[in-house]
Amino acid sequence: MNRYTWKTLVLEIVMILAAAVFVFPLWMLISVGFRPAAEVAKNPMGIPTSLNFDNFVGAWVEGELGSAFLTSALITVVSVLVLVVIGASGSYYFARSRGVAGMRWYAIVAAGMMVPFQIGLLPLYRIMANVGLTGNPIAVILISIGIHLPLTVILYTGFIKKIPPEYEEAARVDGATPFQAFWRIVVPMLMPITGTVIILNGIGVWNEFFLPLLYLSGTDSVTIPVRVYGFVGEYGADWGKIFAGLLMASLPVLVLFFLFQRYMIKSFGSGLKG
Amino acid sequence: MDTLTLVAPTPPSSRWYRRAQAKKRGFGTPSWFAIPLLAFFGGIVAVPTLLGVYYAFTDWDGLSAVPQFIGFGNFIELFQQPKTMTALGNTVLIAVCVTVVQNGIGLALAAGVNSRIKSRNVLRTLLFAPVVMTSIIVGYLWQFLFVPNGPIAQIAEVFGIENLNMLGNPKTAIWGVIIVVVWQHAGYSMVIWLAGMQGIPEEITEAAALDGAGSWKRFVHITWPLLRTPLVINLTLSLISSFKLFDQVMATTQGGPGYATQTLSTLLYFEAFQFNNFSSGIALGVIVFVLTAVISFSQMYLFRDRNAS
Repeated sequence: MNRYTWKTLVLEIVMILAAAVFVFPLWMLISVGFRPAAEVAKNPMGIPTSLNFDNFVGAWVEGELGSAFLTSALITVVSVLVLVVIGASGSYYFARSRGVAGMRWYAIVAAGMMVPFQIGLLPLYRIMANVGLTGNPIAVILISIGIHLPLTVILYTGFIKKIPPEYEEAARVDGATPFQAFWRIVVPMLMPITGTVIILNGIGVWNEFFLPLLYLSGTDSVTIPVRVYGFVGEYGADWGKIFAGLLMASLPVLVLFFLFQRYMIKSFGSGLKG
Repeated sequence: MDTLTLVAPTPPSSRWYRRAQAKKRGFGTPSWFAIPLLAFFGGIVAVPTLLGVYYAFTDWDGLSAVPQFIGFGNFIELFQQPKTMTALGNTVLIAVCVTVVQNGIGLALAAGVNSRIKSRNVLRTLLFAPVVMTSIIVGYLWQFLFVPNGPIAQIAEVFGIENLNMLGNPKTAIWGVIIVVVWQHAGYSMVIWLAGMQGIPEEITEAAALDGAGSWKRFVHITWPLLRTPLVINLTLSLISSFKLFDQVMATTQGGPGYATQTLSTLLYFEAFQFNNFSSGIALGVIVFVLTAVISFSQMYLFRDRNAS
């Protein structure tokens, strides 16, 4: 069973062919941007004959991708940072509170997973308008944190419940305050799940479209997905330029993914077991 | 709220006393650890959602300070409009097809990757890549692939299908959207199936192989029955995410042609932000919520029942 037989070879060939069909759109994503629009229109599946960066320069400058990258990065980093801090500490209370209060709160927050955030988004829009935050990335950060809170809490609470409480109890017996026990003993043990939390939330916030579309479209600080939505409309059928933009817009996530693929795939696969 | 304001008892000084206390009730964690989290949850999720549910039963237009309560008025009005029924039908069709096809393909890919083939790690990575991509970008990528005389139309011509305009034809547009979603998420299903398969001890399948069971028999009689957990996770995930489908539709068809690919989420967006019918928009959100809740609970119930018997 462990040998590489001719059956394994057949399976290998079948799988590679299936993957080739599957990867074909990704090849188009990479290749179309390097070709002039007229050539793409004539032969959409052609192979680039030379490395032509005109489309990339055009899409970067006219598409204003630079500032969109900065906005996306700012929103993602701040949201994920706050989620890690309040998620870890809050879940610590849920998992370790005396009595049932903690787990009751946990159930309420976790149930937020099922609620489509559009229901709250419309009243929030009104609230944000009242305090003058529409068009401001802060509104997107605040709401992104809310959207990803349930998953964060499910991941952290499930993980903390599996850590034996004896470590912290020993520290508490020796006079550590609850905060010291949490900071010095629990937080260092949370590193693996924090990696998962960062990956899942980071990708979720970075890729979010509906929320920044509502709050930021038409302003100077839009995120990558909203910017892409805008410039595809502006370019019409200039697929070379559109694809140059699409490729640049997807590069940060794809590069990170291929660098940390083993860890990322594990996060997606294991993260939802809890 | 009283649980929030509980303060941890001031620890008496003697270590002996503290140890005795710990034995008696265990060390609690003070509730202030959760205050920032619950403040965010309350302010951003709970209160706005409850407000939204209330607004769904009013004539709120986003501006008026005091909306009038009108009971089920919005829902009745929505269900009397053919576009709502079309969007509901489209959403259910997409959810069912995506769930079946995506998880079927994911299972086949997982079985192929969970083998002795040399390329398994490379293939797994490549097949998963679309999952992390921005769905609006994936949508535009496929809009190009589906364009008249574009790549897929040219491939279709080889198979004798002339002038394929997948997304422009009201009859085929919805299948185009389904293909886009399946392509993006099949790798996700694969990884979840794979996690389940790798949890199956090798001794079991090896023993069956020694008894002469072929690979198909081993899969049907041993692997598949042990994949209940990934099955539940996969079904729940793909059903819920397709009920909320928005990004890929906005990038490929914007709900068109006509209402051919309108989903509940895109209809919600157009109702609320193009036509300023805020309360009908929220009512649509409530319908999506009821659908997802029913699906989640019935799945939990069905699978719990079978495990018990």
